[in-house]
Amino acid sequence: MPHLDAAFSLARFLMRNENDARDVVQEAALRAFRFYESFRGENSRAWFLSIVRNASFTALKRQRADETNVEFDEELHSAGGLPVDPGKEIDRELDRQTVRAAIEQLPPEFREVIILRELEECSYKEIADIAGVPIGTVMSRLARARQHLHQILCESYEREK
Amino acid sequence: MTHEEIRELIHPYVDGELDVANGREIEQHLGGCDDCRRLEQRVRALRTALRKSLPSYSAPTTLRRSVRTALRREARPVHPFLSPWALFATGAACALLILAFAFFQSARASRSTLTDELVSNHIRSLLATHLVDVVSSDQHTVKPWFDGKIDFAPEVRDLSAAGFPLEGGRLDYLHGRTVVALVYRRNKHPINLFIEPAATRDHTDPAASTRRGYNLLHWTQDGMDYWAVSDLNTAELREFAALFTS
Repeated sequence: MPHLDAAFSLARFLMRNENDARDVVQEAALRAFRFYESFRGENSRAWFLSIVRNASFTALKRQRADETNVEFDEELHSAGGLPVDPGKEIDRELDRQTVRAAIEQLPPEFREVIILRELEECSYKEIADIAGVPIGTVMSRLARARQHLHQILCESYEREK
Repeated sequence: MTHEEIRELIHPYVDGELDVANGREIEQHLGGCDDCRRLEQRVRALRTALRKSLPSYSAPTTLRRSVRTALRREARPVHPFLSPWALFATGAACALLILAFAFFQSARASRSTLTDELVSNHIRSLLATHLVDVVSSDQHTVKPWFDGKIDFAPEVRDLSAAGFPLEGGRLDYLHGRTVVALVYRRNKHPINLFIEPAATRDHTDPAASTRRGYNLLHWTQDGMDYWAVSDLNTAELREFAALFTS
């Protein structure tokens, strides 16, 4: 089963816990198996990741309905971004736990682009195909996601000091 | 581009997603704009930090196992009241299904690796300046050159009158066997035409595909497999194939 690690990693970051990630990957694998005939492209990894991604977001939406969580709003989350203190820079090594926690604080749409770009090393085109959004959206989401992440990481520095 | 427009493009610039012209413009701007340079450095620093410390998860073994079990169950719906014969039949059907799936996948995989190999051979022949072993525009020189070197006699045609001059030929290596590569040229574009005996005597029309920016045409004629690979556009490559097969 190729791409299962990549699929699990994406689901794990999107769902933020192992059990949900397992369920999502299991479901996505079944769906991929059933619809393999309809797959016509060349990039089977991107195809499978898009199924995993969709299954994750469906599950997240189900969870959100239970909680009083806010829906992702492209405009709201973009609104000029966060003010970044020009003095703060990431200048030393981060430990894995800090990075993991920082990513988990981002909205799922931001977690998704960060994981696909930085962990899976997907191109903007692949991310656009997986997430089902235009390349321009990938570009602006990634920029904002990085800005948020930078901010969160800088804050966790401050706390450690 | 304005400062604001440049700022928008810093992320794709760092990600290597910009074309050369835009990239150069960003570079020039960065030379004179502290604000943008700080942003660029920040993005690079974040990427470096993530590359070092972003933990990936690998799929747990138990998940691997349960996915495999689920797929197996999917391929064979079991009913508690099925007779042994029906069970046997569904078992056989399921085995067939899995075989077909595996075959389908391996056919897809082998086709894509063959295409990759063809393009690699094409690129290598241009890089290593080892385009031809026998330099000749004369088909009556090229064809006999292959005699005794391979176990089949390739069709060599001179198409210079139609604007595809023959440059020569060489022996090449494709999925573990020696094949013929004829080299033609259209203006500045070299065309490698790989020839090997086909598995069937069926005739197939040229089918186009693209790999890493190169165009490929594959057809079968008179028991030979032909693969034309070039950076030439597909229309002209089709014209070449039509001339060759006529």
